[in-house]
Amino acid sequence: MQEILFYIFSALTLLCGLLVVFNPFSRNPVTSAMFLVLTIISMSGLFVLLKAFFLAAVQILVYAGAVIVLFLFVIMLLDVKDEERRRYQKFGTFLGFAAVTGLAMLIINTIKQSGVSQALTGDGVAETKPLGKLLFTDYLLPFEIVSILLLVAMVGCILLSKREETAEAEAE
Amino acid sequence: MTIGLEHYLIVSVVLFCLGLLGVIIRRNLIVMYMGLELMLNAANLALVAFSHFRDNLDGQVMVFFIITVAAAEVAVGLALIVALYRKRQTNDVTDLTSMKL
Repeated sequence: MQEILFYIFSALTLLCGLLVVFNPFSRNPVTSAMFLVLTIISMSGLFVLLKAFFLAAVQILVYAGAVIVLFLFVIMLLDVKDEERRRYQKFGTFLGFAAVTGLAMLIINTIKQSGVSQALTGDGVAETKPLGKLLFTDYLLPFEIVSILLLVAMVGCILLSKREETAEAEAE
Repeated sequence: MTIGLEHYLIVSVVLFCLGLLGVIIRRNLIVMYMGLELMLNAANLALVAFSHFRDNLDGQVMVFFIITVAAAEVAVGLALIVALYRKRQTNDVTDLTSMKL
């Protein structure tokens, strides 16, 4: 059962991931964003198979809930028609595929030869409680730093997206 | 055949390469950003897989932090894209070549 689920979820993840970046039928960024949602959701299925239930929930909440909405808002602000008029550059696309396939082959070969699969055969910790304990004891300082980072990001966003009042007043 | 660490790592590598492909072949800044997100997610998958097969939760804590930082990064990056669009009226990287002679 687990094997079948793994193959279904990983196939969905990779297929939707491919359609995010290279969709032969549509170049609309909205389509890409929708396939990104599907990628994220099937990936959280993989997280559930790895017994990381908390992270599966966080993945859906943060990515599918917040990040994608942000992407869609920004796409709404910008001109999408322009992107649809452009075509893929054939040579660039071909070279990109070739380079990336080579890289994938290289890393997969390295993984196969390293024998990590035989060396590490744990069964995972299927509880969320130890994760929370770890987060608030050993990793308390990084946790607080991340919260400050979020505050900084919020301030930065407001500062960046604010119109420059003085410059506009001068222009008038 | 049971699913081992190797299977998850291969999925992660392929997903990373797809994200890289997106950054290479797409010229739209927003779609390039989505490629970056795919790459971050691939790294997350590898970390969770390692954490599962080592019976150790440190990897999951790491992924939690990566998700948070990625969310902050997306917020700031998209604000930058909007600011750039206001100035240059385009979000296509082939048009953003002000340093080209």
